[in-house]
Amino acid sequence: MQPRVILDSKKLNFTITRFCHQLIEQHKDFSKSAIIGVQPRGVMLADRVHKKLSEILDKKDINYGKLDITFYRDDFRIKSKPMIADKTEIEFSLEGKNIILVDDVLYTGRTIRSALDAMLDYGRPDDVELLVLVDRRLHRHLPIQAKYVGKIVDSITTEKVKVEWKETDGADKVWIIEDKD
Amino acid sequence: MSALSQKHLIGLKYLQKSDIDLIFQTADNFKDVLQRPIKKVPSLRDITIANLFFEDSTRTRISFELAEKRLSADTINFSASGSSVKKGETLLDTVRNILAMKVDMIVMRHSSSGAPNFIAKHINANILNAGDGTHEHPTQGLLDGYSVREKFGELKGLNYLIIGDIKHSRVAGSDIPLMLKMGAKVKVCGPPTLIPKYIEELGVTYEPNLRKALEWCDVANVLRIQLERMDIKFIPSLREYSLFYGVNKELLDSIPKKITIMHPGPINRGVELNSDVADSKQSIILQQVENGVAIRMAALYLLGGRN
Repeated sequence: MQPRVILDSKKLNFTITRFCHQLIEQHKDFSKSAIIGVQPRGVMLADRVHKKLSEILDKKDINYGKLDITFYRDDFRIKSKPMIADKTEIEFSLEGKNIILVDDVLYTGRTIRSALDAMLDYGRPDDVELLVLVDRRLHRHLPIQAKYVGKIVDSITTEKVKVEWKETDGADKVWIIEDKD
Repeated sequence: MSALSQKHLIGLKYLQKSDIDLIFQTADNFKDVLQRPIKKVPSLRDITIANLFFEDSTRTRISFELAEKRLSADTINFSASGSSVKKGETLLDTVRNILAMKVDMIVMRHSSSGAPNFIAKHINANILNAGDGTHEHPTQGLLDGYSVREKFGELKGLNYLIIGDIKHSRVAGSDIPLMLKMGAKVKVCGPPTLIPKYIEELGVTYEPNLRKALEWCDVANVLRIQLERMDIKFIPSLREYSLFYGVNKELLDSIPKKITIMHPGPINRGVELNSDVADSKQSIILQQVENGVAIRMAALYLLGGRN
């Protein structure tokens, strides 16, 4: 199978701008809302969305946090090696907030399940919405659905969706490649 | 993603530098968890851990137990007093019987050096050594290294001094390989009768004079005089030991450098360490205890994650 690009840098920018306007429609001035990026790859997207939102709203104090879910995963001891954690940086209470949880790819839904668990340890949010760049809708293991979706992809399990960012990989790009694992 | 090279944590001499880095890095994450209002994660919720303490302990046992509970593991506690060990059951039988109840990991302290090695050869569970005789006390070594790293940023290039009874000390047994692997220089200081004969083969130096040794070091780990392990007289009296090797404020103040003082506990106040030092800003003794929980969580997590 040939790797194919499903989002390039230009389209990705459009998508992020669209996310921002959808979010403003829902959350108005973000006084009660917070963006939480899931470590490690969701944070890249959350960074972009947070930056763009701050520009559009001309507001510097939009609540933004990073959540690590490693210790909450349900595949511990199923994988041959333990996962190494990243930093959780949430400098505000989630109590009573409207949370926008951000990840790059929604696949089985297990990461998001872990994230919901992890989040509860930082307070009880009023509600939680999910924002993802790519939704692989055919492979869900759990009843989890995203509210804001960049692109829906109908891929098969032997394929893998790879999201690349300028900061870490040199260019903004979303690929479908063959999964060799 | 990465993993430890070992299935058990029996001694730091068996670990590689990358293993130690990995444990430190994971401990950083757990330290963050311990600062939160909810100090618990569900990582080990399907794991049962037996704490087998064939020898007395306060700090280590509580620290391990807390680390296990913070990781949501189920724990059972065993201490030799009040058990069938008194009726003559062998070590291996005791451990096998406990494992028959479906225990995944064993934390073990024993007064005989090598007891965890012996058990590891016969059973399948992961073993964490919580101190065996005069051999090693790996989690203590790790938390010592971690506390120094926290204070100085890295261990490389530091001058690390261990004062006291090196011969009977499992803390020295773990600190020495850890510090050397991480690139620190190690010196030992104490009465010649309490220094192992071939200590320099390990790559450490020996200095009998306490003042000279202190002038050399950045960090001094003061060990407890363990009278319970001495079957013959190695030192004439505690009073004499204290005169020659006791660390006090007057001595430290007379040295131009500000030395960081550590102690694995419990302290014999007034013998190896005076209260005016133990409770001063120079000492990181309570930070050592605090870091102990994060280090033990990291070790349990990394060993428990191996399939």
